[in-house]
Amino acid sequence: MSDKKPTPKLDELETGPWPSFVREMKRAAETSPMAEGLLGVVELSYEDRVGHWKHGGVVGVRGYGAGVIGRYSDVPEQFPDVAQFHTMRVNHPAGWFYKTDALRKICDIWERHGSGLTNLHGATGDVILLGTKTEELEPAFEELTENGFDLGGSGSVIRTPSCCVGPARCEWACFDTLALTYDLTRHFQDEIHRPSLPYKFKIKASGCPNDCVAAIARADLSVIGTWRDAIEVDEAALADYVRAGVDVRRDVCDLCPSRCLTWDDKTLTIDNAACARCMHCINVLPKALRPGRERGACLLIGGKAPIVSGAMLSSVLVPFMKIEPPYTELKELIGKILELWADEGKNRERVGEFIQRVGLGSFLEAIGLEPRPEMVKHPRENPYVFYEEYFEEEPK
Amino acid sequence: MRKTDIGPPHYGQFLPPVIQANYGKWRYHEIPRPGVLVHVAESGDRLYTVRAGSPRLLSVQTIREICDLADTYCDGYLRFTSRHNIEFLLTDPAKIEPLVADLAARGFPVGGTGHSISNIVHTQGWIHCHSAATDASGIVKALMDELVGHFTTMALPGKLRVALACCVNMCGAVHCSDIAILGIHRRPPKINQERLPKVCELPTVVASCPTAAIRPTRKDGHDSVEVAEELCMFCGNCFTVCPAMPLNDALNDGVSIWVGGKVSNARSEPAFSKLAIPFLPNNPPRWPEVVEAVTRLVDVWAANARHYERMGEWIERIGWPRFFRMTGIEFTKQHIDDFRHAETTFKRSVHLKG
Ligand code: HEM
Ligand code: HEM
Ligand code: HEM
Ligand code: SF4
Ligand code: SF4
Ligand code: SF4
Ligand code: SF4
Repeated sequence: MSDKKPTPKLDELETGPWPSFVREMKRAAETSPMAEGLLGVVELSYEDRVGHWKHGGVVGVRGYGAGVIGRYSDVPEQFPDVAQFHTMRVNHPAGWFYKTDALRKICDIWERHGSGLTNLHGATGDVILLGTKTEELEPAFEELTENGFDLGGSGSVIRTPSCCVGPARCEWACFDTLALTYDLTRHFQDEIHRPSLPYKFKIKASGCPNDCVAAIARADLSVIGTWRDAIEVDEAALADYVRAGVDVRRDVCDLCPSRCLTWDDKTLTIDNAACARCMHCINVLPKALRPGRERGACLLIGGKAPIVSGAMLSSVLVPFMKIEPPYTELKELIGKILELWADEGKNRERVGEFIQRVGLGSFLEAIGLEPRPEMVKHPRENPYVFYEEYFEEEPK
Repeated sequence: MRKTDIGPPHYGQFLPPVIQANYGKWRYHEIPRPGVLVHVAESGDRLYTVRAGSPRLLSVQTIREICDLADTYCDGYLRFTSRHNIEFLLTDPAKIEPLVADLAARGFPVGGTGHSISNIVHTQGWIHCHSAATDASGIVKALMDELVGHFTTMALPGKLRVALACCVNMCGAVHCSDIAILGIHRRPPKINQERLPKVCELPTVVASCPTAAIRPTRKDGHDSVEVAEELCMFCGNCFTVCPAMPLNDALNDGVSIWVGGKVSNARSEPAFSKLAIPFLPNNPPRWPEVVEAVTRLVDVWAANARHYERMGEWIERIGWPRFFRMTGIEFTKQHIDDFRHAETTFKRSVHLKG
């Protein structure tokens, strides 16, 4: 029995200049009854203004506890082809680079074993293969691994780390985001595929403070490139910008958050000790200014969406670390964090929430990091200070 | 032999030769036209990138079509961005215009560079998620049909990042966007007393509620739970652990709009988005109220912000009272935080702008 039904409401979203997701469902439906069923379910949601998906039970591939998200329709009698509509998450190549033959392989596999619908890419970074039945999971997985692709994470595991385009195409990358991401994904395979943590743990790497993958907002551990020495200035290129009409005082100096730039119509003076390393001046004058030579990354911890106790931005954990293979210092630090949080964290408590509960000071002590002034906006204002020990006068 | 734990393919095999030769040795970049970047290496080599918008949901048929384009114009090399755009990587500048024309003929807009709106990051919505208070792809399509002119040009004061999450779980972090569109529930869970004992573990359900609104009780001769409705903030945590407590509700579900967040460290520090419009109705297929509200926010910011000023930096300069006056948005009780640490958002000075 086919799920084919008219979709008058969705059809209205086929018009207009922006590429239409409805067209994508219809294209996939040419070869996939599941995609046809999806059209019907979404049209029904457009009519009655609620979703029609239920929680997944536990589904997956042999030996993994993660990588597949179970999904069932709450109207299976109307749309039997999507009674089951599970999602597979597939590890993406660092930086989301592809050669077309690899992408075509994924297409062929998903046409044979799934709905033919995908997200390139999901918010985690993974390739999201949307919609298949339980009995197709294992064959799809086997074909994926035969062709060099593995599953990503879901549930209480590390997510596939993701990163900005970095040194592959950006002159501002302060470390090799792709190499780090690939290395960490391989290193933490087990923690990505087999749930052993209180909740999810995301690692994202941006090569500079512009933070193009939104690591500070979207990752439990954010690795953001920065530098320690002076911004490099190319006087000739700067003069070219001025000749081309760039207003250095208005668009660069006046917008510097640290007010550490001065321009006397000829020379740009930078008070590098006061520079916040925000990237603004470099963004405006990319030919003339560059991050310094002593490059590395700032590590921040605890970013997360609102569930359970409210959203958080990551906050500074290590103000500066060199990020070079084999990344021993970083891996050891991540290992210590995971171990502590796995032992002491509550179920569904993200690491940021865990730190709030135990206190950043105690957390640092437990993972063996010294407190640093870079970790706070300012020292505490609240006078209720905890001390674990006190002195007693010796009895006479 | 069944293979496991092989990890992702090594990115190196997917990098075009020009990137392999100049990896980490890029000197500077320019934007010769909207949607096209040129990166110049220290060696003098040039890499051209043509960026096209996508609907994020892609059929294998369309991916193959994109692959055909990459084979024709860039030796089969392409990449995707964190905001669901497709980037074609070329070394022959003569192929840029033909590629752009080919993309246009196939309905893919080219843009999203510099001071423009990039593609809207969004979640699954009614296409795939059980928690969704609204759809995701439908609103994004309707809105981008309206805003596409800001994708294909670079005439905005600064970058504009719009994101949409279909429930407060916010898969993917919309909370730090210039404009965030967030699906919200507004009625407490409806308890299905018949299903609940069969599918839910009661202590877990009680523990799931961040506000302790859920309490054990007895119903119809079996152990069950009840919800103190005045404590419920519609977060959906209970539904996640117990499918017999759905929040989906056609009359009360809808959309809220948040403004002024950012993740980049450039100039001002990263910031959360703040509530602009507490509620707009779900009105598929084109959500006219949402499209109108977001378009107005973009227009008012674009007309008034200074060069380089992101939405939040502009509001910070003019002050929130003036923001509400200029946009014509009513300030209500919902705009005042009443959750944990709410008092840190109260005004504690007489520096009252506007
Ligand atoms: C069975 C129920 C669920 C399904 C099918 C589901 C589905 C998904 C999917 C497909 C994604 C990837 C989205 C994307 O990449 O755009 C995602 C991401 C996410 N989901 Fe869910 N979700 C479910 C439940 C939840 C729950 C209960 C929470 C929070 C308590 C949650 C929080 C998130 C978050 C924060 C992300 C971003 C995840 C990431 O980047 O790994 N989801 N979800
Ligand atoms: C050479 C210069 C830059 C390059 C090559 C670059 C590259 C990228 C890329 C490839 C993306 C994903 C874009 C997309 O999906 O449309 C991105 C996103 C982004 N970029 Fe940049 N970028 C540059 C400069 C900047 C600057 C100057 C800023 C801020 C002032 C910035 C802030 C962002 C932000 C906020 C995002 C969105 C991240 C997200 O929310 O997913 N970028 N950038
Ligand atoms: C106010 C309304 C908000 C909306 C509409 C919103 C929307 C979103 C969306 C759509 C994503 C996925 C973004 C992407 O893939 O790029 C997201 C991710 C995220 N948001 Fe928000 N957000 C909001 C508020 C907040 C707040 C207040 C915080 C923190 C205090 C926050 C923290 C995050 C984090 C950490 C992520 C990444 C989440 C993850 O992957 O687990 N958001 N948000
Ligand atoms: S985060 Fe920095 S290094 Fe990475 S792509 Fe963006 S601008 Fe380039
Ligand atoms: S990087 Fe930012 S803080 Fe530093 S000089 Fe440039 S604009 Fe000023
Ligand atoms: S934001 Fe909420 S409704 Fe949307 S995909 Fe994520 S969990 Fe589902
Ligand atoms: S929706 Fe959230 S606040 Fe309301 S009862 Fe459920 S868990 Fe508690």
